[in-house]
Amino acid sequence: MNEKINSIKKLQTGIPGFDHVSKGGLPINRTTLLSGSAGSAKTVFATQFLAEGISQFNQNGVFITFEEPIEDIRKNMLSFGWPIEKWEKENKWAFVDASPQPNEAYVVTGDYDLGALLARIENAVKKTSAKRLSMDSIGAIFTQFTDTFIVRSELFRIAYALKKMNVTSLMTAERIDEYGEIARFGVEEFVTDNVVILRNILEDEKRRRTIEILKYRGTNHQKGEYPFSISHESGLIIIPLSAIELKQKSSNIRITSGSQELDEMCNGGFFRDSIILVSGATGTGKTLMATEFMEGGTSKKERSLLFAFEESREQLFRNASGWGIDFERAEKDGLLKVVCEYPEVTGLEDHLIKMKEIIEEYKPQRVAVDSLSALERVSTLKSFREFIIGLTSFIKHKEIAGLFTSTTTSLMGGSSITEGHISTITDSIILLRYVEAYGEMRRGLTVLKMRGSKHNKDIKELTIDENGMHIGKPFRNVSGIISGNPHLVLRGEVDRLDDLFNKET
Amino acid sequence: MAKYLLKLYITGKTARSDRAIHTLKKICAKELGNEYELNIIDVLESPQEAEDDKVLATPTLIKSLPAPIKRIIGDLTDIEKVLIGLDLVKNA
Repeated sequence: MNEKINSIKKLQTGIPGFDHVSKGGLPINRTTLLSGSAGSAKTVFATQFLAEGISQFNQNGVFITFEEPIEDIRKNMLSFGWPIEKWEKENKWAFVDASPQPNEAYVVTGDYDLGALLARIENAVKKTSAKRLSMDSIGAIFTQFTDTFIVRSELFRIAYALKKMNVTSLMTAERIDEYGEIARFGVEEFVTDNVVILRNILEDEKRRRTIEILKYRGTNHQKGEYPFSISHESGLIIIPLSAIELKQKSSNIRITSGSQELDEMCNGGFFRDSIILVSGATGTGKTLMATEFMEGGTSKKERSLLFAFEESREQLFRNASGWGIDFERAEKDGLLKVVCEYPEVTGLEDHLIKMKEIIEEYKPQRVAVDSLSALERVSTLKSFREFIIGLTSFIKHKEIAGLFTSTTTSLMGGSSITEGHISTITDSIILLRYVEAYGEMRRGLTVLKMRGSKHNKDIKELTIDENGMHIGKPFRNVSGIISGNPHLVLRGEVDRLDDLFNKET
Repeated sequence: MAKYLLKLYITGKTARSDRAIHTLKKICAKELGNEYELNIIDVLESPQEAEDDKVLATPTLIKSLPAPIKRIIGDLTDIEKVLIGLDLVKNA
């Protein structure tokens, strides 16, 4: 990296994901404007900036509130696990209460400045030897003091004084439109150097939170909006999507798919760090494939993790035992973990964070998700794409094999939207299709793609019995399976059949 | 007449501070005689006191007695408003 470009040093915030997106944190000893509409988590961000400083870096903080009473902040932030009151007693945290005082009317009788506020800030910084400071939110001071010219120049004076004291600070400000002027009252005119924007956008009836670093004067950062989520254990978590680098290691080690016949079709099994997509209509055997994939892991004493978004635990365990697989024992042995959740419970960002946490904690060697389509149902196109990229890159980074299932909308052939987003980042695609032949519905399986390996290109018959799935002989005399229009092709009848179809269509 | 308890917050020895102190003393002498107690606090010397009283602007004059508490902001040049703030003008 070029040292000249990064001449402005940054202070690591400790807010998950932010230091990555901002390439190092907030510009050190400077004031950054944090702007956002109502409910965009400005106060949480401002508080977390100080809280992470105290708990991770032993850097004390000062919080200046222009709006919320101190008591409310202490109480609200305790739910994130930030013990502000305790920190205050330990002299690690100091409040400066600049919130409007009710029942105290005042009159203006002439010229004034905000000298007392500045003196109080300096006092609090000195008292705690603070390195970090948050002001929340400066819009409120413009409503307390109506002379905007005085307030503006005084805030500028405060920002300058903070720089002199070697304090890295955040100023929050309101904005009205999600995509409009940066902040109300022309705040950005005096803290122009660094601007971070928080958004809370309503998209297809779903809330989506994003963060964008609009500018960092004299230093670089990642561009664009990054989704983030607020968790009650750890506050803001930013998901750095495009910041994920394509530098996963590639492995030649094969692992079993759980089915010997499928392993043979794949030239010896899946690669250890590959992503496999199983696509098919309802009832073609996707959940079975995920189940077998789990069993393949547990039988080799590998830790296996299944995220189920369509069926309950009871259903899954019953189905598995119907195929001769004992999930219960595998779980008791600690080789299997099954996580069942309704996709509707939370937004996709929260699902992603939760799934990552479970993976971090359980440390599986293989993961299956059944199904992606269920998750797609509860999200917008954009956040679904981000979810897929976030999850696959995370799994790959951990060198875990991932098997995702996806439901096609039509019974015969067809493709799902899911595939459109995921097919390019998957290493292997397995198609499951219904095949109508001789007045009977049969199932077909084919390995459509397998990155970095030879594979069998036949469309083979798939049968399911009490021992699970079996892959049989290829359908030699049926064509049009994948396009969802299977027809028998008998020798000598090809011409006649072609004519028949021409007449019908 | 009830005794007046007044606090005047200033920032340093500036022309603005002097103006406020001068004007206030004049008003007090004229309107309150000896029935008042005035504390002048420089926030640069006693920031904690400003913290406790939650003062933001300087000059700020706080009338804590008699009730109700009133805050008067600015260098007090608008004497009419100062008198209203100190409840020394009977609203006609």
